[in-house]
Amino acid sequence: MAYSDKVLDHYYNPRNIGSLDKSSAQVGTGVVGAPECGDVMKLQIRVSDEGVIEEAKFKTFGCGSAIASSSLATEWLKGKTVEQAGHIRNTEIVKELNLPPVKVHCSVLAEDAIKAALKDYQEKQTKLAPTASSEKGS
Amino acid sequence: MVTLPIYLDNNATTRTDPRVVEKMLPYFTEIYGNAASRNHEFGWKAEEAVDEARSQIGSLIGASPKEIIFTSGSTESNNLAIKGVAHMYQKKGNHIITCMTEHKAVLDPCKRLEREGFQVTYLPVDKFGLVSVEQVASAMTDKTILLSLMFANNEIGTIQPMTELGKLCKEKGVIFHTDATQAVGKIPVDVESMGIDLLSMSGHKMYGPKGVGALYVRRKDPRVRLDPMMDGGGHERGMRSGTLAVPLIAGLGEAAALCHREMAQDTEHCRTLRDRLHQGITSQLIDVELNGHPTLRLPGTVNLSFAYVEGEALMMGIKEIACSSGSACTSASLEPSYVLRALGVGDELAHSSLRFGVGRFNVQEEIDITIAKVVEAVNHLRKMSPLFEMAQEGIDLSTVQWAHH
Repeated sequence: MAYSDKVLDHYYNPRNIGSLDKSSAQVGTGVVGAPECGDVMKLQIRVSDEGVIEEAKFKTFGCGSAIASSSLATEWLKGKTVEQAGHIRNTEIVKELNLPPVKVHCSVLAEDAIKAALKDYQEKQTKLAPTASSEKGS
Repeated sequence: MVTLPIYLDNNATTRTDPRVVEKMLPYFTEIYGNAASRNHEFGWKAEEAVDEARSQIGSLIGASPKEIIFTSGSTESNNLAIKGVAHMYQKKGNHIITCMTEHKAVLDPCKRLEREGFQVTYLPVDKFGLVSVEQVASAMTDKTILLSLMFANNEIGTIQPMTELGKLCKEKGVIFHTDATQAVGKIPVDVESMGIDLLSMSGHKMYGPKGVGALYVRRKDPRVRLDPMMDGGGHERGMRSGTLAVPLIAGLGEAAALCHREMAQDTEHCRTLRDRLHQGITSQLIDVELNGHPTLRLPGTVNLSFAYVEGEALMMGIKEIACSSGSACTSASLEPSYVLRALGVGDELAHSSLRFGVGRFNVQEEIDITIAKVVEAVNHLRKMSPLFEMAQEGIDLSTVQWAHH
């Protein structure tokens, strides 16, 4: 199977590999997929007090298209607000990487990983909300 | 001087030996007669070539030349053997025994027969891919007419206990067919001492041409009869009509003769390189598992699972190395290899597997390049693998609740 140049580039030079401190309240972590299905993506974001994603990291077990989809996702997440990040769609990933139909599920997984990371971050913030607002008030 | 890409997929197909090509050439343009033309020189010469090939193949597997039926390859041989026996002996019984790790060219004819009303038992295998004689014996009933069991597996190379199985079949009066596509020419095969009644083989797996194969059909003790699949001129003792592909058959015969003559050195060569590859990889990487039997295995085959990395991504990383992956990530099904699954290899390790097939034309330098590239690619992928990270943190991956999709 022939991969697009963009997939190959992300595969050989993956952007933003790594991990962030998942216990931090500023960090949202999303882990999606399962090893027996052939792909697992871990995507993490670190959000500033202003709600902007300052850092995004990934680790992926999966085929080249899965690696490229998650690598691209981290590039796109950086600099976006949490609100903007929620609008990233798998179809945009498919278009950017020229993924063939059999690889569309890789982009779906990347979108799921983004959503899972955002949800994790938002849940942490909600839990902290009363304390955070009282601190700000003082 | 080694040129890239490097071919290590000799279980899929082999390079036609140049000596085989040399042998074939005159049969295209000079000796082009129809082997069935009994009344002129052109036909006689063609028939001579076919007879020589029959003898060469017979010698390789311990059969009489008269017992060799030429076909288009193993898929046809398997279809002819299985359906031919089923239809010929259906008054005697309707039960067939085979196993779960067979090639599709055996499994699919069996499935078709099931739709026709035959009963088929698909035996499970142990973790090495072996079927035991006891298993087969206990699956046999008074309705069993055929055992079809592959000699050596194409994905993992495991070699079945043919002699014991042949003995059992003889005792029980069950016809014994073996798909010996991967075994013939690579390891000793003897239809007499192994009690084999029908044997499928293919030219292109043994340095012969593609598009030609053979089916051995025992003529006595017992005399096996087959219901033919094609009607026509009644060639090949009526079992396979169609003008014989003389150039291909001459090539198949020559390939058989070369394999027969050079088997000891081919085996030594393939096994040495295969073991060098295996050891070279496992000495530099942790968590690499061998799929298949450690010793009862084809000399050139090594199937490895690289934990925490996905097979297709790994193939991308070693794109100058031609091999196969047990990961079916490219297919729509997303199902990993059914052979590895039958061994009890977890799906995650099945997705992470590579099969290397070392052959006659590989050289040591190719193996050393392959080792370096595999190690580099696995390290590259493990660096970005969340599973490797979790394993390094001491997390038992089997206890993790995954979000299945």
